[in-house]
Amino acid sequence: MAAAPTQDEALLQFLLRMGDNTLILGHRVSEWCGHAPVLEEDIALANTALDLIGQTQMWLGLAAEVQGEGKSADDLAFLRDAWDFRNVLLVEVPNGDFGRTLMRQFLFDAWHSIQLGHLMKSTNERVAAIAAKASKEVAYHLERSADTVVGLGDGTAESNTRMQEALDYLWPYVGEMFASDEVDAEMAKAGIAPDPASLRADFDALATRVLKEATLTIPDSSFGHKGGRNGKMHTEHLGHLLTQMQWLQRAYPGAKW
Amino acid sequence: MKNEWPLWEIFIRGQHGMSHRHVGSLHAPDAAMAIKNARDVYTRRNEGVSIWVVEANNIAASSPSDKGPLYEPSESKVYRHPTFFDIPDEVGAM
Repeated sequence: MAAAPTQDEALLQFLLRMGDNTLILGHRVSEWCGHAPVLEEDIALANTALDLIGQTQMWLGLAAEVQGEGKSADDLAFLRDAWDFRNVLLVEVPNGDFGRTLMRQFLFDAWHSIQLGHLMKSTNERVAAIAAKASKEVAYHLERSADTVVGLGDGTAESNTRMQEALDYLWPYVGEMFASDEVDAEMAKAGIAPDPASLRADFDALATRVLKEATLTIPDSSFGHKGGRNGKMHTEHLGHLLTQMQWLQRAYPGAKW
Repeated sequence: MKNEWPLWEIFIRGQHGMSHRHVGSLHAPDAAMAIKNARDVYTRRNEGVSIWVVEANNIAASSPSDKGPLYEPSESKVYRHPTFFDIPDEVGAM
């Protein structure tokens, strides 16, 4: 077994996890640009995607500094391959229909808002500052995605069916957001970030309240996909996503605009 | 069955504006979502500090064909413009 990570190594992993979550979800959400069912939702989704990409620049920018190899946030975003990414699997699964996209957004926003609330009190000032900036955006993301989940869940028979299918599909990806490992232990010990497992009760309370209002049923299963946040096994979908996201820097190395 | 969301007229008060101004319209299923949509469509460049939404069919409007009787009589009444007074600076915005 490998030795426990040093605090700097753990901090780098933690920052990659934060930045890769927002990067990959931001890219996924951006795929709706020009395709959303109505103009208002199209703009709202594009705004969300841009918020997430902006947060990515801060998280990966700090990650690159901590790494100390002279790289930039762009280098980390565009020149790493699938096995180097540390995002949870939830954010890389394909969008599916509009309902599934919004259900995924709600499940992520719920975790994200709780996580950022803790990170604002981080002993690491840089982490606390990024969290404070991001938390305002994410509070709005959550308000919007929760409202839409309720609107579609408690909507027509068809929208209810689609939202229940979305929840059934995505629920097995929820558990990974709360899985703790030695990186988290090191971050919790240093007071930099909370132990993910400790966020579960708040998440369950929030998710249960919203999903109940949406007349949806949380699947009675504790099975959970994992392997994203430690990079051991991403889904097949991440490689396809990276191919599209990274092709320009791969085809024209160093291209700028 | 009607599948279209109702139309909402959007009014936004800007950073230094004294009143809400009409900025456009959009579709939304209810008032709460209309405010959210207005936030996303009309304030993404930091335009506003307050949003009002009104469902378009709740607005009563004057008829363009009444323009003559409604507005022309005031054209010849310059004395209604109080342009002869100096307003002290201390009054501020009026």
